[in-house]
Amino acid sequence: MTLSTTTAAHDGNGTSETALAPTGATSGASTADRTLDFGNAWAYAPAPEARDHIKIAPRHELFIGGTWRAPRSGKYFDTISPSSEEKLSEIAEADAADVDDAVVAAREAYERYWRDLPGATRAKYLFRIARALQEKARELAIVESLDGGKPIKESRDVDIPLAAAHFFYHAGWADKLRYAFQGRTARPLGVAGQIIPWNFPLLMAAWKIAPALACGNTVVLKPAETTPLTALMLARIIEEAELPPGVVNIVTGAGATGAALAGHGGIDKVAFTGSTEVGKRIAQTLAGTGRRLTLELGGKAANIIFADAPIDQAVEGIMSAIFFNQGHVCCAGSRLLVEESVHDLVVKKLKDRLQTTRLGDPLDKNTDIGAINSRAQLTRIQELVAAGEHEGAERYSAPCALPGKGFWFAPTFFTGVAQSSRIAREEIFGPVLSILTFRTPDEAVEKANNTMYGLSAGIWTDKGAKSFWMAERLKAGVVWANTYNKFDPSSPFGGYKESGFGREGGRQGLSAYVELS
Amino acid sequence: MTHQIAPVAGLSTGSVSGSVARPGLAVRPAQYPLFNFPPPPVDAVAVEERVAALAKRSIKKDAKVAGLRLTIRMMDLTTLEGKDTPGKVHALCRKALEPSFGDATIGPCAAICVYPNFVSTAKASLRGSTVKVASVATAFPSGQSPLSVKLDDVRRAVELGADEIDMVIDRGAMLSGDYRKVFDEIAATKEACGAAHLKVILETGELGTYDTVRKASEIGIAAGGDFIKTSTGKVTPAATPAVTLVMLEAIRDHFYATGRKIGMKPAGGVRTAKQALHYLVLVKETLGDAWLTPDLFRFGASALLNDVLMQLEKERTGAYAASEDFSKD
Repeated sequence: MTLSTTTAAHDGNGTSETALAPTGATSGASTADRTLDFGNAWAYAPAPEARDHIKIAPRHELFIGGTWRAPRSGKYFDTISPSSEEKLSEIAEADAADVDDAVVAAREAYERYWRDLPGATRAKYLFRIARALQEKARELAIVESLDGGKPIKESRDVDIPLAAAHFFYHAGWADKLRYAFQGRTARPLGVAGQIIPWNFPLLMAAWKIAPALACGNTVVLKPAETTPLTALMLARIIEEAELPPGVVNIVTGAGATGAALAGHGGIDKVAFTGSTEVGKRIAQTLAGTGRRLTLELGGKAANIIFADAPIDQAVEGIMSAIFFNQGHVCCAGSRLLVEESVHDLVVKKLKDRLQTTRLGDPLDKNTDIGAINSRAQLTRIQELVAAGEHEGAERYSAPCALPGKGFWFAPTFFTGVAQSSRIAREEIFGPVLSILTFRTPDEAVEKANNTMYGLSAGIWTDKGAKSFWMAERLKAGVVWANTYNKFDPSSPFGGYKESGFGREGGRQGLSAYVELS
Repeated sequence: MTHQIAPVAGLSTGSVSGSVARPGLAVRPAQYPLFNFPPPPVDAVAVEERVAALAKRSIKKDAKVAGLRLTIRMMDLTTLEGKDTPGKVHALCRKALEPSFGDATIGPCAAICVYPNFVSTAKASLRGSTVKVASVATAFPSGQSPLSVKLDDVRRAVELGADEIDMVIDRGAMLSGDYRKVFDEIAATKEACGAAHLKVILETGELGTYDTVRKASEIGIAAGGDFIKTSTGKVTPAATPAVTLVMLEAIRDHFYATGRKIGMKPAGGVRTAKQALHYLVLVKETLGDAWLTPDLFRFGASALLNDVLMQLEKERTGAYAASEDFSKD
């Protein structure tokens, strides 16, 4: 008898296990005896990050022209912590008149100061911001987790360090633009209107502001209404770094504020990261105006596991692809395409892996999955999960106890998902994975590309040649091989098709903020 | 009963009947079949990332105390030196029995690990206790002796009273691709052990890649090892969290396939309480509760114990004691 493949040994099929187990010690062990027990024989004690040293002002104003001022309408809205529904602060709601003030301030700053500063001087300011982000990293991480619900280990180890890295990186380019575009002259565009989402509040602000300033533009930035606090802390840092007034303006508010900014005639360039639906509206608004636009929109990325992959590491890759930041990631690997011969094995391992996933207080250092960002997003996730069940896919949700207050959703995956299912086509933007199978590399490519999106993809195989063969054929802006959700300021990020256009990061990202001649 | 183990590319001895075209190993006696060969590849970057992520688990207060107490009960207190004497071994046995003067709820350690010459001494010092005597054997640490010599080494150690045998695999055979020799020697050693438990030392510091570690783990398990163990402690690097994770994953796959629980022993290089807790996190989150016991997880260490005791004392009193407050045996 020959005993060979992993699949056969693990397929969970009683008949084949009997055939494989020859004698003695191995026979008689029933399937039940092969279940790992992830109980509480040794339980971790709570390890909350202290927040008593964090003082969040009860009210936040608009940051326009270097000063903090009340909105003309006098209106404020609340920002809450999604993990406790506790009110954190009142935030000014900017209307069209406030946005106009901000654009005027940015224009004046552009013409009076920023446009004509030597690159090395702009770099000096960007370096200052980067260092200040590092110095205040702990405070920023705590506020990010409070306001947005993400685990402190992610805000501490990913969001804040990467935000600082983006400022450092772009500070380096500020006086070297002529080398970025050799033989051509790069001139700034003017005033950039930037609208960012709630999933990586500070990081997205850094992605937008750093290249704009490095290239000599000034900025009006609108953070998302559910997560404005760290962008406002960044405004305070920018103030302390003594940037000329009006170079960066922060206007807070919801959709109407964003629409006022995107549609403002005094803006030279709009950069938007968010939903495809809103992105399309912005594109319509800007069509024919001659104003520049970059869009970074939704995704429904395929994470592709071949039978020859390092399986245990690929399972970790599934975890970071879909459960990082509760799946609130535009490039999340929300469709798992797994080669049929290892499907059962991968599902079994994923299930066991979910037993040790810790959901709860975002400020606990051992939390892996935090809170869903808002009630609205939770409702959207619940609706799509119900659709998946209705369409006949098989649901598995990790047995996590959900806290009584706040917005929570247990990490979930569906097996038996068809390409035609809603959960395979629509972006869920939550901790929900759809698992599909394929038989050949060609079929994997066909299924991976069979989506209106094209932001990212993952490939898991031990064969380098296969990775490259796949990467050439996948219509996705970012393709990761044997890893997932890795970001670096020097690496351009952006999408195909309805995932948007334009790139952020790297030399390619700079070109969105310059006029070349 | 006889079994084949799975085909191994590059081996030309024997042939596999039936549908498998590749050259394979000849029919051989073996207690356990080799289920998973060649095993899945291991991605080094991702393994090290996973281990680094688990190193960030914050183990505080009750969890820390419970983890450290468990660590002591999992310890194979070890002395493996040319200058070992009966006096030294006896002192170490006393420490294993009662690691903390004044607190009888701490310990005892799982075992004492010595050279065969000191098995009798250790046996006498530990009589009537639960502390086992483990003996290294098979021409430890290099294993570069004829099989007959190595098996004789094992039989003598068992005759002298060793409860557990820590053998070394033939790394030369492993690296030259002679997996059959590695397998056969382990299987023969297991037979020579009789009732004694067998720990198979892979000496991961000499194996070069995680893929080879994974292969050696599969062979060690299939050939009859009760435990697989990272290192002799005589080679740098010795145990690392990453190599331990790769071995735990091999143990997990074997459990999925057979229901048989193989033990794990990182040895060498585990010196601090913090490191030990990191290893326990790896075990807890890879294999779960069943392995959080001295029956299935051991630390091979000598310097670790006092650091653990010092941390426990710090948790109890809130202040660090001086190193002179702990016995140095």
